[in-house]
Amino acid sequence: MHELSLAANVVEIVSEHVRQAGGGRVAAVTLRLGQLSCVHKDTFEYSFAFVCAGTPLAGAELRIVIVPVVIFCPTCAKEVELPSLQRFVCPVCGTRTADIRQGRELEIESVELLEPSS
Amino acid sequence: MTAPRILEVRTRILKANDELARSMRREFERLGVLVVNLVSSPGTGKTTFLQHTLARFVQQGVPVAAVVGDLETDNDARRLAASGAPVRQIMTHGMCHLEADMVQQHLSGWDLASLHYLFIENVGNLVCPTSWDLGESVRLALLSVTEGEDKPLKYPGLFNTADLAALTKLDLAEACEFNRELARDNIDAVRPGMRIIETSAKTGAGMEEWMAVLVERRQALLASAGARS
Repeated sequence: MHELSLAANVVEIVSEHVRQAGGGRVAAVTLRLGQLSCVHKDTFEYSFAFVCAGTPLAGAELRIVIVPVVIFCPTCAKEVELPSLQRFVCPVCGTRTADIRQGRELEIESVELLEPSS
Repeated sequence: MTAPRILEVRTRILKANDELARSMRREFERLGVLVVNLVSSPGTGKTTFLQHTLARFVQQGVPVAAVVGDLETDNDARRLAASGAPVRQIMTHGMCHLEADMVQQHLSGWDLASLHYLFIENVGNLVCPTSWDLGESVRLALLSVTEGEDKPLKYPGLFNTADLAALTKLDLAEACEFNRELARDNIDAVRPGMRIIETSAKTGAGMEEWMAVLVERRQALLASAGARS
């Protein structure tokens, strides 16, 4: 259940951005989660709804973009998407590589903010 | 109703933890302390492995300390303290992983400059500790022969963040029909090139090699810290 800790961090960061933007209600939050980030999507959604209560994020829609793992293959000298997390092997030439270029993301991409009604 | 405004946040969710961990690591390196974060599932034998590691260092007169995270009880801290090294328990009360600020709080009052090695035994869990940097220089993933050779394939996220792997309980390998080549290959498949040390805390097998790796890593840390100053 580390998703609860992550969700609490999201609420804290987004609330701060909302405050700096002059307040309002958050309609949606978009996250980028790498395939290697070990986040269980359903658990995260549940945790998120729970920690949003009573904050400007209450009722916000959660959009999760899953970021695939991309490795750099030294043999092909280029970046390639990894088809399986069980084998860090270039799908083109079979070279094993630990050079990960993408896939560990745990990021807040953007927030949709509804202005406070005046 | 007006259209929503889009705020481009582009911020790491664990920014606060990452920043604290980075400053802790800089401080550890400046003080010449090699910090090792031990991660594995529950029951892999982290505590026994660490107990033997601490006892060997204490015997050699090398200053070491450890903090150990558990959901409940201070049993592990008491076991580790039998080595003679200073040990503190972090009780997480249900939390499944350690975070950098928990480690920092539990180091207060210790003279870090006098230490050569500091070990952080994480909560036994192969998922949750993955994304939390604790300021360590070395993340050691442990896998016991009783768990099966395919654990690394089931938990690639965690094994992939490790710097070093240890197979534990090798004394039970035969009874478990453990295939060490397969286990080694599975670890290498999810973290190519990572060094793997085969150990048994009970018989002492592999412990010399492990201790030598630690000494080597600390020398490298001192050399790079020296080069920076």
